[in-house]
Amino acid sequence: MRSVSLTVNDLPHELELEPRELLVYVLRERLGLTGTVVGCDTSSCGACTVLLDGESVKSCTVLGVQADGAAITTIEGLGENGALHPLQDSFHKHHALQCGYCTSGMVLAAVGLLAENPSPTGDEIRHALEGNICRCTGYQNIIDAIEAVAR
Amino acid sequence: MTAPAEVEVEVEVGRIIGTRVERKEDKKLLQGQAQWVDNMHQPGTVFLGVVRSPYAHARIKSVNVDPALAHADVVAAWSGADIADEWEGSLPCAWIPTEDTNAPEHKPVAIDKARYVGDAVAVIAATTRAAAEDAVELVEVEYEELPVVVDPEAALAEGAPLVHEEFGTNRCYTWNLEAGEVDRLFAEAAVTVTERYRQNRLIPNAIEPRAVFVTPIPASGEFTLWSTTQVPHIARVTLSGVTGIPETKLRVIAPDVGGGFGSKLNVYAEEALALVVARRLERAVKWTETRSEGYVSTIHGRDQIQEISLAATAEGKITAVRTKLTVGMGAYLQLVTPGIPLLGAWLYAGCYDVEGYSFECTGVFTNTVPTDAYRGAGRPEATYAIERVVDALARKLEKDPVEVRRLNFIREFPATIAAGLTIDSGDYDACLDLALEKSGYDDVRGQQQTRRAAGDSKRLGIGLSTYVEMCGLAPSAILGAIRYSAGGWEAATIRCLPAGTAQVLSGATPHGQGHATSWSQIVADLLGYDFDEVEVLHGDTAVVPLGMDTYGSRSLAVGGVALYYAAERIIEKAKKIAAHLMQVDEAAIDHVRGVFHGPEASLTLKEVAFAAWTAHSLPEGLEPGLEATFVYDPPNFSWPSGAHVAIVEVDTETGAVELLRYIAVDDVGTVINPTIVEGQIHGGLAQGVAQALYEEAIYDDDGNLLTSNMVTYLVPSATEFPRWELHRTETPSPTNPLGVKGVGETGAIASPAAVMNAVVDALAEDGITDINMPATPERVWRALEEVRS
Repeated sequence: MRSVSLTVNDLPHELELEPRELLVYVLRERLGLTGTVVGCDTSSCGACTVLLDGESVKSCTVLGVQADGAAITTIEGLGENGALHPLQDSFHKHHALQCGYCTSGMVLAAVGLLAENPSPTGDEIRHALEGNICRCTGYQNIIDAIEAVAR
Repeated sequence: MTAPAEVEVEVEVGRIIGTRVERKEDKKLLQGQAQWVDNMHQPGTVFLGVVRSPYAHARIKSVNVDPALAHADVVAAWSGADIADEWEGSLPCAWIPTEDTNAPEHKPVAIDKARYVGDAVAVIAATTRAAAEDAVELVEVEYEELPVVVDPEAALAEGAPLVHEEFGTNRCYTWNLEAGEVDRLFAEAAVTVTERYRQNRLIPNAIEPRAVFVTPIPASGEFTLWSTTQVPHIARVTLSGVTGIPETKLRVIAPDVGGGFGSKLNVYAEEALALVVARRLERAVKWTETRSEGYVSTIHGRDQIQEISLAATAEGKITAVRTKLTVGMGAYLQLVTPGIPLLGAWLYAGCYDVEGYSFECTGVFTNTVPTDAYRGAGRPEATYAIERVVDALARKLEKDPVEVRRLNFIREFPATIAAGLTIDSGDYDACLDLALEKSGYDDVRGQQQTRRAAGDSKRLGIGLSTYVEMCGLAPSAILGAIRYSAGGWEAATIRCLPAGTAQVLSGATPHGQGHATSWSQIVADLLGYDFDEVEVLHGDTAVVPLGMDTYGSRSLAVGGVALYYAAERIIEKAKKIAAHLMQVDEAAIDHVRGVFHGPEASLTLKEVAFAAWTAHSLPEGLEPGLEATFVYDPPNFSWPSGAHVAIVEVDTETGAVELLRYIAVDDVGTVINPTIVEGQIHGGLAQGVAQALYEEAIYDDDGNLLTSNMVTYLVPSATEFPRWELHRTETPSPTNPLGVKGVGETGAIASPAAVMNAVVDALAEDGITDINMPATPERVWRALEEVRS
């Protein structure tokens, strides 16, 4: 076991983790933040995307112990006081989600993208989301939702 | 079959029905508050680990679970034999298409023989997920490898290894449909064409992996099963049969479910296993597949070899269609495995008027994961074959594919087709006209010629798919006639609560389709509630006892219509109460969207609901409360149709295909929510285009799944698709009062044919007449190399 300090959605946590524990399971099973989900086991789908020190990462490819000292934002911590973050709101308005399983990761990947590139083109958005798979929407409304916020 | 009686379409579009209401499902999904099965937990839960065969075909000589039991966190471990006495019956197959179908026993854990890579051979129960995974590695299984067969045609050959020895053959069944003098029509035909197509095996890839959570109450023998299922009602009745737990003691809950596409329209070994392990250990049990595990344990789709022939006049009028399918069932029959290709049985003449029709389908066992429903289920395959072969006919006659289609369209409705069913309504010319206009068809043909003339190595191709689909599954009597074991009805309940809100109980069980929004629109519109005053409950057999669940584009076309009729019953009863309260004759009451107008006064439905609840003054003999259920059995399938155009660029030097534009014109009848309808089409198109260009589950000769994870099986990302260009025409269905037809599968049904017709069209002058799906750069390049040499 290793002692790890994490700040998740602005709350500090001191945890004793097994070295092999993936960050996604630390969030889901130790901290109860089930908005972050697992969609694959090959780091392909992006459903588990969170922000680690402001950058979007796939939490299934980060060990809990590697995140020691980091500040993490999950989907639960994105909006303020229960309100939707502008990207969440835009996803809603553009019907950019159907089953919603990829949505947490998709929204956080979009937050990460706009932090790096505040006004991407539609094409740049498509490329930035290459690591996030959605099986329901055919992506178009997701692209539109992000573009609307980027403008 | 005679045409079902026509029903007046009764809804007015544009008030709430037909408008772009934003989804009420979204907020919790966007804020990470969805209730996924994998979120469920209870103290004392054990986690299942499933030991799976690494061989596609092997005798199980011994299973030693002792090393797993020695693991400190392992509670129990059993081989298939150890757990065999738990099974009351096989895993269910609800569709045995012929009397002489070979239907094998299918135990959730194999005992003597493993028949595909992934077949379960032992099960672990451990106190943590990680321990279960570790212990799976500790079980020692001794196998004797057996010869393997993976190709459906090879499996039918003399001397092929037998997946199930007891049948003496790998043939599961052969099913026929014959109408008209097909032999004569072919003999007399001025022109015939015969094509052979391969329907690539696909992996559905709902983004939420399958998961199961069971809580038992040992003293009462009750079990609650949370499952990532599209079919909680079907799961309850069938799992009762597998485990012997009475239906009355089994509650199945599908909470938020992250996509299905048919893969969760099934009843799986792990659901049954979790129940019996919970029964044995008297503890809560949980199992969640990893994605790679899902690739070898969750059903696959398609896997057909299609031979299709057309007989036609010299002008191109098609007189007869003959189809022969050889379909891989996989190693066992899952819930509707043998029936899937038969869902296309009536559609191999597409939207064309033909006289003779012959269809034969042979299902074949192979050492592979069982196939079953994947978005479209039988109908994309049929649409693909007829739309491709019509293009082949056009090429042979040196005519434009538009012209040949126009020559053959069905134009009078209702239309009883040669195959025997009746298409309710449609206007195929209108769809095609709009698709040609929006795509700039003639201009694109011009550009194509210009490029050819200039010797451009990047060819332009334009492909059509004018389709009709058979949706809204299904009239129960027809399902019975084709030997499906359940009905095709759907149930809806409306409960007008005393304080002014309404609950809807929906037997249809959504997993992304937005039923709560659409159903609320219907009820709000018909009964005068605000959209937000309507709550839709679904997916729990204890809350919604009646249901046939969600698949086959049926939810709106069957369940939505049930809701309409339930609303009618509410109005009927409320009218009586309103008349009584106003002390006037019922005939003097006029109902307009939730308000009952009498000669001198009026009452709202909410006021009537309150009066029905207090029951202080009700007409004599009328029961208190305002609640109505309607179980609707549709008189016919529904028949959405449309015309899709794909425009591709094919690089003849690299073989790369780029989908430049995709124009879809769809007629899905009345639209309740255009935004949701467009979303359904977007998603279906993405899956269909993926079948055409990207996805294929590949087995090697030893039965190893080579595309065994999301790295090697290409589920497309946002970069692989263009912007979808959607347009609609609307011919309401005359068989239901909403005029709806269904939209869930449209995109996936129409698009593979449009894309592949475009690819072949691009390369036709190079001498290419067919390329197997998916048209990967390598495959296109090799095809070109072959014709060049």
